[in-house]
Amino acid sequence: MSGRHDGGEAFIDLASVRRRVDGAQGRRYWKSLEELADSPGFQEFLHREFPENASEWTDPSGRREFLKVMGASMALAGLTACTRQPAETIVPYVKPPEEIVPGRALFFATAVLDGGYAKGVLVESHEGRPTKIEGNPDHPASLGATDAATQASILELYDPDRSQTVKQLGEIRSWGAFVAAVKAALAAQKPLGGAGLRILTETVTSPTLAAQIKAVLAEYPQARWHQYEPLAPDNARTGAQLAFGQPAEARYRLAEADVIFSLESDFLGRGPDGVRLTREFAQRRRVGEGQAAMSRLYVAEGSPSLTGANADHRLSLRSSEVEGLARAVAAGLGLAVSGATGAHGPFVVALVKDLQRAGAGALVIAGESQPPAVHALAHAMNARLGSVGRTVSFSAPVAASPEAQSASLASLAQDMAAGKVDTLVVLGANPAYHAPADLEFGKAMERVALRFHAGLYEDETAARCQWHVALAHPLESWGDARAGGGATTILQPLIAPLYGGKSPHEVLSVLSSQPERSGYELLRDQWKQTLGEADFESRWLRAVHDGVVPGTEQPDVPVSPSLGAWATAAPAPAVPGLEIVFRPDPNVGDGRLANNGWLQELPRPLTKLTWDNAVLMSPRTAEKLGVALGTSNTGSANTASGSPTDVVEVRYQGRSVRGPAWVLPGHPDDAITVHLGFGRTRAGRVGNGVGFDAFALRTSDAPWFGSGAQVTKTGERVYLACTQDHWSMEGRNPVRSVSLEEFEKDPHAIAEMGEAPPRELNMYPEFKYEGHAWGMAIDLGSCVGCNACTVACQSENNIPVVGKEQVARGREMHWIRVDRYFEGDVDSPSVHHQPVPCMHCEQAPCETVCPVAATVHSDEGLNDMVYNRCVGTRYCSNNCPYKVRRFNFFLYQDWTTPSLKLLRNPDVSVRSRGVMEKCTYCVQRIQRVKIDARNQGRPVKDGEIQPACAQACPAQAIVFGDVNDPASAVSKAKASPRNYGVLEELNTRPRTTYLGSVKNPNPELA
Amino acid sequence: MAEHAPSAKRIQSETDALIAPGHTLASITEKIASLALKRRTPLGWFVGFGISFLLLQALLYTLAVLLFKGVGVWGINVPVGWGFDIINLVWWIGIGHAGTLISAILLLLRQDWRTSINRFAEAMTLFAVACAVIFPVFHTGRPWLAAYWLFPYPNTMGLWPNFRSPLIWDVFAISTYGTVSALFWYVGLIPDMATLRDRAKSKAWKIVYGMAAMGWRGSARHWHNYESAYLLLAGLATPLVISVHTVVSLDFAAGVIPGWHATIFPPYFVAGAIYAGFAMVLTLSIPLRKAYGLEDFITMKHLENMAKVMLATGLIVAYGYTMEAFMAWYSGNPYEKFMMANRMGGPYAVFYWLLILCNVLAPNLLWIKNLRTNTTFLFLISLVVGVGMWLERFVIIPVSLHRDFLPSSWGSYAGTRYDWSAFLGTIGLFLTLFFLFIRFMPVISIFEMRTILPEGEGGEPKS
Repeated sequence: MSGRHDGGEAFIDLASVRRRVDGAQGRRYWKSLEELADSPGFQEFLHREFPENASEWTDPSGRREFLKVMGASMALAGLTACTRQPAETIVPYVKPPEEIVPGRALFFATAVLDGGYAKGVLVESHEGRPTKIEGNPDHPASLGATDAATQASILELYDPDRSQTVKQLGEIRSWGAFVAAVKAALAAQKPLGGAGLRILTETVTSPTLAAQIKAVLAEYPQARWHQYEPLAPDNARTGAQLAFGQPAEARYRLAEADVIFSLESDFLGRGPDGVRLTREFAQRRRVGEGQAAMSRLYVAEGSPSLTGANADHRLSLRSSEVEGLARAVAAGLGLAVSGATGAHGPFVVALVKDLQRAGAGALVIAGESQPPAVHALAHAMNARLGSVGRTVSFSAPVAASPEAQSASLASLAQDMAAGKVDTLVVLGANPAYHAPADLEFGKAMERVALRFHAGLYEDETAARCQWHVALAHPLESWGDARAGGGATTILQPLIAPLYGGKSPHEVLSVLSSQPERSGYELLRDQWKQTLGEADFESRWLRAVHDGVVPGTEQPDVPVSPSLGAWATAAPAPAVPGLEIVFRPDPNVGDGRLANNGWLQELPRPLTKLTWDNAVLMSPRTAEKLGVALGTSNTGSANTASGSPTDVVEVRYQGRSVRGPAWVLPGHPDDAITVHLGFGRTRAGRVGNGVGFDAFALRTSDAPWFGSGAQVTKTGERVYLACTQDHWSMEGRNPVRSVSLEEFEKDPHAIAEMGEAPPRELNMYPEFKYEGHAWGMAIDLGSCVGCNACTVACQSENNIPVVGKEQVARGREMHWIRVDRYFEGDVDSPSVHHQPVPCMHCEQAPCETVCPVAATVHSDEGLNDMVYNRCVGTRYCSNNCPYKVRRFNFFLYQDWTTPSLKLLRNPDVSVRSRGVMEKCTYCVQRIQRVKIDARNQGRPVKDGEIQPACAQACPAQAIVFGDVNDPASAVSKAKASPRNYGVLEELNTRPRTTYLGSVKNPNPELA
Repeated sequence: MAEHAPSAKRIQSETDALIAPGHTLASITEKIASLALKRRTPLGWFVGFGISFLLLQALLYTLAVLLFKGVGVWGINVPVGWGFDIINLVWWIGIGHAGTLISAILLLLRQDWRTSINRFAEAMTLFAVACAVIFPVFHTGRPWLAAYWLFPYPNTMGLWPNFRSPLIWDVFAISTYGTVSALFWYVGLIPDMATLRDRAKSKAWKIVYGMAAMGWRGSARHWHNYESAYLLLAGLATPLVISVHTVVSLDFAAGVIPGWHATIFPPYFVAGAIYAGFAMVLTLSIPLRKAYGLEDFITMKHLENMAKVMLATGLIVAYGYTMEAFMAWYSGNPYEKFMMANRMGGPYAVFYWLLILCNVLAPNLLWIKNLRTNTTFLFLISLVVGVGMWLERFVIIPVSLHRDFLPSSWGSYAGTRYDWSAFLGTIGLFLTLFFLFIRFMPVISIFEMRTILPEGEGGEPKS
């Protein structure tokens, strides 16, 4: 019977399941999953043990055969039933695996990849089951913190929609068959020297992978290797080439920078170096004792970004006007450039003065969305200011083969269209989805005779290839990768591949004429060359253990920019009309993370939209176009309530897409922003059909912005799910912010913005906190609003995803949310972010009203939730002034999908329907440390307990500890004059307090 | 009772209006008992009962869906954790109040006009409480646990409910209220059950009414015991009229939410409850007296008296609304101020102004005697007040919750079809019970009606 697994019927089963899966809409992730799991097709798919036999019943002849076989086995089974079952003893480990103590997590160093670059992480593993990702303090791109996407990659590992097999034209094949097919194709290429062979990968920083590819290319000298990522730093590379005449990668040191000028660079946003830059930036945004002088950030940008939200001065202008501004500043600094615009005169004058004052402490950063000339200008300005070597340094590129990827892909598309390509091997990339629209890559692929694809998902590109191989997740396979600056990490698997996937190294080794080898062997062989044979084992173990191979950082190279023709060339004149700006989605990036429910449901930092992208525009542009800003549908699907938003059609260069319009204060007028990464058709059940595909408009000549877009109202209206419809603070002051000048004049300015009642006011007897008293301080001055805390908390605390409809109805489950407020002028507002976990009030309004005492005060001041006592009256949530409580209106947790069961943190209850839940200050971590300390007969050390949010925070804005200990970091933070409690006038005495933010505007621009 | 002698004349003239002339002991008994005992059920009853019963099925369906899927089928969310569920609870509890007020307080105050309406007003109370208690149980996330965890019962875990929570006070208040109301109603029914037992034609009904009569023979000792029991229960029920809605109002007043946190809530909730209750008595009695020809017993005098009570309580309620607005301004508290501005001009302003129209403006028409004595008008105004009181709770509960302290958490609220089906379903339950009541029970107290007959017609001597 087992032999029939390879038989034809299995494919038919799978195909029907596939259809079901494709038909399911991603927006109802968990719900539809449940439905699917209940459907017979999916049940069959999950429990494939006897998939054929089920169908035997409908086939008369097959049934007879089946009954005969089953009859015999039933008879045998009956015999055994007459006897006593032999006693079965569970044998404990004869030789227990080293280090494994049941119930105690182990952490392993590895890395998560972002655009090919490594972000060093430590992965928490419970009895061989990775459950949570933390930053690796030893890794230069992590420094112990993580960003939201890194946190969410653990969900990707367990994603049930990941590709699980080798397939040929949709039918399951064995690995052997794939190898044979590749070998046959290569054999045909051999005499041609590989002239028809093309390998397409994403950016490769892995030394091993690069060596493997180079070995293949050596065997097939006519073959070509292309790399493509839609977010690759092509402009930065070309810009450096322009400025220095040689490839160089800039590495910014924000901790050294006193004045930063960003030309549309979103360095605080997502990106391989985002965590480090956020950390360094935040270091210089704290005010108080022992802190370095505060830095000042100027941002000029054509689309609101997280960096712009944190600026002291933000200049909102169209992307096409940024170059003119850059030239004006450069001219102001005394560089011989032309093409400066006269606009924004006072800004330029003040900025130039400020930059000059800072001298070597100044830093100009150009964003990837700006053309190479702006990058070159930035380098020239830094050189002029003398900051090279201090706030910025340059090294040789980290990527194995740095190239202008857009041009590389274009030449591949050309070759394919011309019929020059016989065999295409796509490794990881998904060009059929994200290649520039003008290349018509998908169509060109059809002209290639033999197409192989290896990927985590059966994505849009897999659908256009005859062969597909399931790749193993980076957390399941051996590998290596480098971070910005060159530090190299050896990736180690945390678990055997869940779905039997192969690592990229293993797939590539098929292309080589060498015998097939495992990823582990390939990697070790490569590293033997680097680390040397002598003492290899111990050095290898050390490198794997630490998560960074010592001595792999790139040395700085001395470079000096020269003003070439680009400096005097006039920039492209600004074209009147609507400008379209392309940006990666802050959460799902270029769309590869689209099937990640955590990221889809994570409110975008500025728009607070979930489960959708939108055509973002300024209030004035919206008015001009006559589109209305909608609100969430708080009703159910059948009884809609709220106001829907207008769907507009965006036409650009002869292509068009339709998407909902969304007004974003601070967006420049006469421009729209569309976020990439949506509108996937083969992302999986979560990501399919979410949002619209902005790649359909993106062309290779204008990858980031272009003019001449047309937006028209379609008359159609849809609902979006936004978690914060409200922009303003309504004259209240949940976020308190002052300028540095005001703060220096009166350090108590922040505290005086509110009033706390005297402590005697209490109806009930005071609690005594004799042991620990846990508290938290969140520094709004350093918080940049990146959302890493929210996802870290979701991962740590088994928080479910609820789907778009439920989010729209105000039922999202995040235990820590990041509130966003706009302040001031709607055209150029200042933006405030405020993470809001439970306040753990000492006089908690929730505690007194719960009828069954399901939320109670602990003797350490925690506001504990007793899930199994909760009956769900929701009175506590109504009475919570901070609205941090979350209710399981339905059974939100997925109790059925097998792979997701592995994901859960075993230390945290998985909540069921009808129960209230909220932030616990990660009580499981508190208890773990307390137990350890007691076992070791010592007090709990300050900083030893870190809630998930604090640990993940790249800005180190969240401090947690014992407020009874006056020496603790949290006590010191709370002693700051910036400390205040939100809504403390209600006499709730919140344990979570905030340090008000201090901005550092230039007095000359006030 | 000698002290009442000087007012005998006044009572006399009042009684004239409380029962139509020409009635005798026999005619009263015959008229009221026949409603329950007659063989043929009128077609209209079947129509009304059928519709109510269908609505009741909607309730059962809703509760089934609720139990299988979760309270998420309703429109509630965060920040609006309570919606139609608690609105309906407060609404129904409020409606019940008129029954207890009529039976207990008016009895103690010796208001004879209560006699012809107290029976069905008490029944109304009971049915309204039955409708009300559905909501606190089923609005919870886990009703199967809430149904008993909210009660203090000794258990091995040594767990008690949280006595600081107003919801626990609710449990005591409402369960006491339900118990006393049921006892009061039933004790009052016993003599009439005996009458029905004696007059019933069929064996089966003799047994049923006989058991319900609990061996009542009408002896002097029975009457003596009855009178003391009834008076005692009236005494017990009297504080409940005040306490139940006071406690219900504390659910809100004890919270911190602007729009909830107000000391005026207890008196103004009680007044509102009586207001809504009398409106419901009118809503029920006007069609009832028409359909069953009870104009002789429920006279215009009754209707007018009830209209006056409504006018008086309506004015108290109006005062409550005014004070809420005044305090919001006078307190200088920005959250309170915003709350009031949001009620009057926010996304749900239309409900606030409808509420003012229904509860404050419309009842002032009752100052006019011609309108006050027009049954059609009274019926309409009673419906308007019923709607107004529902809106009042809507304005207090979701409208206060949807925009509280932090603008980041502001949301909105709308009932789903399951909210509506649960609400209409309880109306179905209420009417179903009421239709059964008027078919099988004496809708007016027979023996008490006999007592208000003028002396010459066989009534008791008015000392």
